[in-house]
Amino acid sequence: MTPASEPWDTARGAEIIAEHADLEGATLVILHALQEAFGYVPEPAIPMIASALNLSRAEVHGVFTFYHDFRREPAGRHVLKLCRAEACQAAGGDALVARAEAKLGIGIGNTTADNLTTLEPIYCLGLCATAPSAMLDGRLVGRLDEARIDALVAEAQR
Amino acid sequence: MNLRIFVPRDAGAVAVGADEVALALEQAASKRGVAIDIVRTGSRGLYWLEPMVEVATAQGRVAFGPLTAAEAAAVLDAIVTDGPHPLRLGVTEQIPWLKRQTRLTFARCGVVDPRSIEDYRAHQGYQGLERALELGSDAILAEVTASGLRGRGGAGFPTGIKWKTVAQTRADRKYIVCNADEGDSGTFADRMIMEGDPFVVIEGMTIAAIAVGASKGYIYIRSEYPHAVAAMNAAILSARRAGFLGGSSRSFDLEVRVGAGAYVCGEETSLLESLEGRRGIVRAKPPLPAHKGLFGRPTVINNVLSFAAIPFILAGGAKAYAEFGMGRSRGTMPIQLAGNIRHGGLFETAFGVTLGELVDDIGGGTLTGRPVRAVQVGGPLGAYFPRALFETPFDYEAFAARDGLIGHGGIAVFDDSVDMIRQARFAMEFCAIESCGKCTPCRIGSTRGVETIDKIRAGDRVAENIAVVEDLCNTMKFGSLCALGGFTPYPVMSALRHFREDFDPARTRLEAAE
Ligand SMILES: Cc1cc2nc3c(=O)[nH]c(=O)nc-3n(C[C@H](O)[C@H](O)[C@H](O)COP(=O)(O)O)c2cc1C
Ligand code: SF4
Ligand code: FES
Ligand code: FES
Repeated sequence: MTPASEPWDTARGAEIIAEHADLEGATLVILHALQEAFGYVPEPAIPMIASALNLSRAEVHGVFTFYHDFRREPAGRHVLKLCRAEACQAAGGDALVARAEAKLGIGIGNTTADNLTTLEPIYCLGLCATAPSAMLDGRLVGRLDEARIDALVAEAQR
Repeated sequence: MNLRIFVPRDAGAVAVGADEVALALEQAASKRGVAIDIVRTGSRGLYWLEPMVEVATAQGRVAFGPLTAAEAAAVLDAIVTDGPHPLRLGVTEQIPWLKRQTRLTFARCGVVDPRSIEDYRAHQGYQGLERALELGSDAILAEVTASGLRGRGGAGFPTGIKWKTVAQTRADRKYIVCNADEGDSGTFADRMIMEGDPFVVIEGMTIAAIAVGASKGYIYIRSEYPHAVAAMNAAILSARRAGFLGGSSRSFDLEVRVGAGAYVCGEETSLLESLEGRRGIVRAKPPLPAHKGLFGRPTVINNVLSFAAIPFILAGGAKAYAEFGMGRSRGTMPIQLAGNIRHGGLFETAFGVTLGELVDDIGGGTLTGRPVRAVQVGGPLGAYFPRALFETPFDYEAFAARDGLIGHGGIAVFDDSVDMIRQARFAMEFCAIESCGKCTPCRIGSTRGVETIDKIRAGDRVAENIAVVEDLCNTMKFGSLCALGGFTPYPVMSALRHFREDFDPARTRLEAAE
């Protein structure tokens, strides 16, 4: 399971922002830290970052939306990322993605209705010699086959 | 004396059970009352044998693999009694796959404890820096230039020239930036060295700082690599504690920054934008980063492997490095064998080895046992090579002459079940997903490419639509600011050129009807 996230709290958000605001080019560092704490980047944090770093809201919003990592909303309880890049394709990854989608009843990039599992694509985990690869809540899994993907999906539904 | 057992902590080994193996070894040892010390190393890079554990013996380290936690106790018994075991691989250094390599950059990876600066120093670590301090800036630049080292991130630009430009540019501060974005599928050498020998990257960057007069360095690591982030952060702390970074005696210090899942941020100017806290939009050049880079200051930006090659070049001398290789590709390349391959892993060797040797002989062909049909060299922007081009030597110019690139040295192997029109489609799709959006040919052309390839797959006016794809590729190639839009045509056009039959409507229709 992903480490439990704190609920959004303005004072806590401000504290996290202040902690990193003095770094050179702090925006990404702050966005990462907020997501780490709250599980996503809550909308009210955007203007707070902007004023702490002396940037416009639009600028911070632009940065936030540019990067694939940052979430607008909390993810499901588990996040299962499946590699979709070429080396994993070569090792049969596409069929395993389809299998996970069928088992969960959602397309990749979505969260199950019960909010338990978010299934996401990832483009290379650097495990291309033991492909296909996955990451479940930060834990790496290589040499995926049908049995392993089924086990991962089951774990991601708990 | 306690038995010393080495178990990789490398993410690739952990992904196939190395942590469980380490735990099972501990438990088996305590149950038997055997005193062991487990040292968590990097990986030797023989990934089909991971988790591979080693034990120190009088003959040298002896390897066992691939292990499962269930087999750990029996392997421990074999170690204690020096008895036989089916997973015993013999003396590690004598394993032919390792013995055939020329490990200059990866000499310590899988051998040393990556958390111990003492271990690093006991294995020739910081000898390059020592010599660099004796030589001074001009002589360092001369050595790096004479080594013939070219950037290992993809473009192959001579490292010595880049450094010299920064050294000659006057400014109040200068930066050293390490590009650890390693987004190319089929590559993992940066990850391995950061996890297995992080001090060599720090040493290389420190030497660069002395050569150009920089005071601050950043390592930009992709967020997909949390293990590498942890390893580099730990190494930076211990280098600081040992007086090799920061403090008053040395003016150079380092900081890790983590990316956020954008492939284009591997492009150097996009990376600099990202480090400055902005969207990763590619900058127009000039100005070069060497003149106006991070925060407008002169900046050396190099790939992880480029920095990691530097300590050997300084310690062993430029000549020792340049003796290896062919033509204008000097030294060694850490080649990464990946995908559907029997013997996948890290194979560092002098330039000049042929693609066929790498795939068939060293790689052992496919894991599925089916014939190799295509290999993509150099990541998502690299061309697909057919067997007919397997005599191509691994060399920057030889690959360019065949409309391909070696890129960061990744080779992804596909068997005969691959459908090359799907691969061409993926190349366009990936470009559309990852485009920074600055240029129209890249942003719009890639989306149009996907649509047009879909029409071809559906058998809709195939000849005309193939011509449209070729036209789009041409526009992307010549109208894009960076190599994302500019090189996406390589995989697409190579699929069309070498695997034309997969674009045949009869065949695609047949499949659709299945
Ligand atoms: C889309 C794109 C992605 C790139 N990704 C990387 C990367 O992940 N790592 C890297 O070192 N270079 C990457 N490059 C190349 C860099 O722009 C640059 O050439 C390199 O960092 C220079 O270092 P080097 O001379 O040591 O190779 C990429 C280039 C492009 C166009
Ligand atoms: S080619 Fe694509 S990624 Fe590169 S600068 Fe243009 S739009 Fe951005
Ligand atoms: S392509 Fe999937 S791990 Fe590299
Ligand atoms: S480029 Fe294929 S893995 Fe990211």
